Amino acid sequence: MPLLEVKNLHVGVEDEDIRILNGVDLTLDTGQLHALMGPNGSGKSTLASVLAGREEYEVLDGEILYDGEDLLELEPEERAEEGIFLAFQYPVELPGVSMTNFLKESVNSVREARGQEELSSAEFLKMMRERADMMGLDADLTKRSVNEGFSGGEKKRNEIFQLAMLEPRLAILDETDSGLDIDALKNVADGVNKLRDDDRGFLVITHYERILRYIEPERVHVMLDGKIAQSGDMELADKLEDEGYEWVREEAAAAAAA
Amino acid sequence: MTTALDTDVRPEDRFISAFEVNHGQALNGTNASIAQQREDAIERFSQLGIPTNDLELWKYTNISKVIDRPYTLPLGPREASVEESDIAPLLVDDMDAHRVVLVNGRVDESLSDIGELPSGVVVSSLAQAGKDHPNLVEEHYGKYADFEDEALTALNTAFVQDGAFVYVPSGTIVEKPIFFLHVTASDEDLFLQPRHLFVVEDGAIARIVEKQYSLTDANTFTNTVGEVFVGEKGNLDHYLIQDEGPSASQVHTRAAQQKEDSVYSTKTVTFSGEVVRNNATIEADGSFCESNLFGLCIGQNEMHVDNHTRMDHVQPDCNSNELYKHVLNDASTAVFNGKVFVSRGSQRIDAYQQNDTIVLTKDAQIYTKPELEIYADDVVCSHGATTGQMDEDAIFYLRSRGLSERRARILMLQAFCEEVLEELAVDPLRDEVTDQIRTRFGGYFD
Repeated sequence: MPLLEVKNLHVGVEDEDIRILNGVDLTLDTGQLHALMGPNGSGKSTLASVLAGREEYEVLDGEILYDGEDLLELEPEERAEEGIFLAFQYPVELPGVSMTNFLKESVNSVREARGQEELSSAEFLKMMRERADMMGLDADLTKRSVNEGFSGGEKKRNEIFQLAMLEPRLAILDETDSGLDIDALKNVADGVNKLRDDDRGFLVITHYERILRYIEPERVHVMLDGKIAQSGDMELADKLEDEGYEWVREEAAAAAAA
Repeated sequence: MTTALDTDVRPEDRFISAFEVNHGQALNGTNASIAQQREDAIERFSQLGIPTNDLELWKYTNISKVIDRPYTLPLGPREASVEESDIAPLLVDDMDAHRVVLVNGRVDESLSDIGELPSGVVVSSLAQAGKDHPNLVEEHYGKYADFEDEALTALNTAFVQDGAFVYVPSGTIVEKPIFFLHVTASDEDLFLQPRHLFVVEDGAIARIVEKQYSLTDANTFTNTVGEVFVGEKGNLDHYLIQDEGPSASQVHTRAAQQKEDSVYSTKTVTFSGEVVRNNATIEADGSFCESNLFGLCIGQNEMHVDNHTRMDHVQPDCNSNELYKHVLNDASTAVFNGKVFVSRGSQRIDAYQQNDTIVLTKDAQIYTKPELEIYADDVVCSHGATTGQMDEDAIFYLRSRGLSERRARILMLQAFCEEVLEELAVDPLRDEVTDQIRTRFGGYFD
């Protein structure tokens, strides 16, 4: 059974006559990393938000199966408990919420839901130090409020660090590579590679193929106007890098006319 | 001695006739300055009258509706059967302090436990201090709380009987907090007017914690005036926790003067009350002063809380920090009016003022007005106010990391309060306030 099956997904914005996704089909297995590319406004981030349970989007048609179960029935926190993690494109600053307290609560709530034992403070701190080190996150950042005053790169690294802490089965990275310098980009890619394993699937949303050179996806999908317009392997990403998205649009238009 | 206020006449006249009847008897006073000021004060009160919404300073707080009630005005000591067991739940767990309990504005020695004080330090009732230390009272009484423009300060000054007194002599450190627990207890509706005087001399350091509770469901109105003096290089950290419940109203005036190179901090947390008006004023009458005004109001039900502050910079090279935060639920209302005044010649002032509010319901309201009045040209002053709902992006972020919606909302409200909570430097007090806030927020999302 696939880890994630998105079938004919149509999504709009609640109370507004706007359609963003127009029949998305996507299947992802554990042990795989798929890249989702596409121009701005094509619906990539909307798909990520719907997968994580953001409530301002309305699913008009289609379904999402996670481990064969209906994902759309679940609250965002239940999805986290079931092993879905979204690394935000714009991680939220939470002044007054300490990283340590927040993460301890977060980790223990998903552990409890997964039937694992709650971590003691000592165990938690040890795990936090190890994973911060593994993900190249400055350990001092864990002593601050969540994302408050973090640089753009630090915020993205913090997302990958939290991914490492929460050990999800499905990790969705929403443009985690954008706005990073080369060191931070390699750092994030390195973090992702360390976390890849047979029980985990990744959906990496990106605007550019550059991060894919470091993380080598099994599949590459191109989204256009709220649909998957092309799927292929790394050669597809290379072609997009060289030629842009125009040819995808033309092929899609030709297919629609036929 | 007790006077029932005559409700057939307008409220001002009730007080004026009560004054005339008792003048020279219950309203005597052992100190010349107290006695002297009564006459002027009642005269000024009769001219000013009880403030109405027509006055800019009282635009959003209708105080006359809670003053115009058939209160009893206690003059002279009265019996109140308050037991140890009544006050035990009101103490702060693990706070080792010099404790004074005031019942209906008067020190109750049997409930107090002042313990051993450093040499020369006085913690007593104001009436006792008037007898034992008349010179000190003469030097400071009525010097900082001005009744020319404040009718309720004038009223308090006319009727002053007793209250709290602290004196920390020059260079003395009081390590433990001095804790005043103010309780009201009565079957009758009471109008109380405690008067406090806190004097921290040059180079002295102290913390004063005041907490207010009511042990009665009767209506009470407490018109408090507290005067504060902090001498050169002195440091006073001064707390007020207000939790008198829905049948208690109050006007609490806290007027401080500080001298060169001193630090004065006033920190107020309001949990309940029917109508609560706090007037906090600080005059930084010396260079290199640091002044801090912090406030937190957790509004619920119909409560109305109004914080008026005035920071007077009349000398150069000082800094002041002001932060008031409100979390308003149900149909609660908060008012914030903070004024920072910088006189001509008070150069190099660094003044910061901020008021932030989270409004949780459609019926909750905030009226906020930060003000700067600056007559010097080399200053850094900023002010701002924000009002909003909870940040739904932040709630979603927390939920996406496995926190329930309820936990996410409680956490965000707590985090909003954190900036003020971390200013509560007495750890047991901060823990207690934090727990109370957490419990209250928990109830919002059950």
